[in-house]
Amino acid sequence: MIQSLRFRAAVVSIAIFLAFIGVWHLATRQTLSVGTMSPEYAKLMGLTATSGKSAMPGPLDVGAKLWEHLKRPFYDNGPNDKGLGIQLAYSIGRVGLGYLIAVIVAIPLGFLIGMSPLMNKALDPFIQVLKPISPLAWMPLALYTIKDSSLSAIFVIFICSVWPMLLNTAFGVAAVRKEWINVARTLEVGTFRRAFTVILPAAAPTILTGMRISIGIAWLVIVAAEMLVGGTGIGYFVWNEWNNLSITNVIIAILLIGIVGMLLDQILARFTRMVTFPE
Amino acid sequence: MTTKFISIEGIAKRYPASSGNGATTIFEDLWLSMPSGEFGCIIGHSGCGKTTVLNILAGLDEPSEGTVIVDGQAISGTSLDRAVIFQSHALLPWLTVMGNIAYAVSSKWRKWDKAKVRAHAQTYIDKVGLTGSEHKRPSELSGGMKQRVGIARALSITPKIMLMDEPFSALDALTRGTLQDEVRRVTLETGQTTFMITHDVDEAMYLADKIFLMTNGPGAVLAEIVENPLPRDRSRIDLHKHPHYYALRNHIIDFLVTRSKTFTAATPHHDPRHVPVVRPAFPEAPTMPSLHSATR
Ligand SMILES: Nc1ncnc2c1ncn2[C@@H]1O[C@H](COP(=O)(O)OP(=O)(O)OP(=O)(O)O)[C@@H](O)[C@H]1O
Ligand SMILES: [Mg+2]
Repeated sequence: MIQSLRFRAAVVSIAIFLAFIGVWHLATRQTLSVGTMSPEYAKLMGLTATSGKSAMPGPLDVGAKLWEHLKRPFYDNGPNDKGLGIQLAYSIGRVGLGYLIAVIVAIPLGFLIGMSPLMNKALDPFIQVLKPISPLAWMPLALYTIKDSSLSAIFVIFICSVWPMLLNTAFGVAAVRKEWINVARTLEVGTFRRAFTVILPAAAPTILTGMRISIGIAWLVIVAAEMLVGGTGIGYFVWNEWNNLSITNVIIAILLIGIVGMLLDQILARFTRMVTFPE
Repeated sequence: MTTKFISIEGIAKRYPASSGNGATTIFEDLWLSMPSGEFGCIIGHSGCGKTTVLNILAGLDEPSEGTVIVDGQAISGTSLDRAVIFQSHALLPWLTVMGNIAYAVSSKWRKWDKAKVRAHAQTYIDKVGLTGSEHKRPSELSGGMKQRVGIARALSITPKIMLMDEPFSALDALTRGTLQDEVRRVTLETGQTTFMITHDVDEAMYLADKIFLMTNGPGAVLAEIVENPLPRDRSRIDLHKHPHYYALRNHIIDFLVTRSKTFTAATPHHDPRHVPVVRPAFPEAPTMPSLHSATR
């Protein structure tokens, strides 16, 4: 039954995909009549207008271009012409670095907040004010103080991924079942050992849920951040291809951003499952 | 009187009242003592403060007044000498059966190497009949098996005192019976002093040497200490055939049904430092009890 449900779902998914491609193909194949267009606009649109073809690429154009990219993902012809693999690697690298720093800061700090009611109360106003700030609002300040566009992007990733991890860690640590703590207490387990042997495993699912939310936000933000700082990365690629009016490349980039985002999420989901134990 | 191994001396527990100022007194001026090697059961209605007394004895909770003296020393905090079997078994779900017990063993003997810890843990796993389930996690165990792990964990650190908070109340009658047998066998074997909370009159009669009767809260008092008149070599199966069985049972049930409510009013000169000790015996009440063991 489960198997057949999965099978039927797959069939429906494929049908939806094919229908989407079909509609897309039909919609972009339709030609505009050249005559009705004002001459200035026709000149601006160039080939698109004169040959009567839609500016929006069809699925076949995108497919062909994607194949081209996949064949040579890592070429490097100077600053404005790099393979998609290289651009993605830059973005993933920035996200990874900013995220890692956020993990290093948020988890110990979250432990402190979760274990100490004093620190919880003392740090709460700062967290409440800092948390709702859009990560991109930090960008000018980061550029001014750090003076390096790539590092600024990493800082923005750090600042946007730190909050969900911090709050989830603090919550997970504070919400550890009292009886588990009592087990450790009756066994005269010291604070440090208790933190690692009881609180950490008990809070791990909550902490990893926070980390999963963070990686999602970080991946959303990196595209915007790279559009602002420029240079390299998938966000910059999108912006650059828009300036080149290559909608095909923009669509390919959008697709890849989605796929990488999904993979990052799946990796964290896998880790979450690994540390979750039913009672 | 025998020497006091555990001595609870005038403890009180108060919580700030929910309605503004003042405090709610759960119990006060509670005195209770037990010699080494004795099995004591505390019985009373829900909410009278049994768990609170046990937690204070364990060092998990602090009394508002008074002290607890164990083996000649006032306790401060928890100790590896006082093991607790929790009502909800409280196993760590990310550890296996072996892991849970080994965690306790390595907490007590910190210098032991892994092999020694495992070998020690294994003997207690075998003792509670869980051989073959070492690598299962708590979620893969039945309720009775989980409680066995809890018992093995408490036994494995060879404590001087075992504290049990309704350890079997969540189990079916059959499993409960087997575990009661095991607990009785082990405590007789090791000579551990045991303090247990129960709602089950038959359980108390089978296991306990002394049964402490607590009145209803708030302001609960220890009303009476009942000495178990049944022979020490009693068995669970033919407990009810003993001539003193119904005398004892009726006495306890009578207390729970009526006297636990009226005791404080009816006994104005009750001295909490010298609680009367009674030993119900055959001629008292040969009638069949109208109530079964459930007292909730
Ligand atoms: N943190 C708390 N704040 C206020 N009152 C409390 C608190 N903890 C317990 N109490 C009160 O103390 C009383 C005794 O609680 P306790 O858990 O010791 O009861 P008990 O005799 O073990 O009951 P049961 O048989 O249901 O387990 C209860 O009336 C409860 O409402
Ligand atoms: Mg209780």
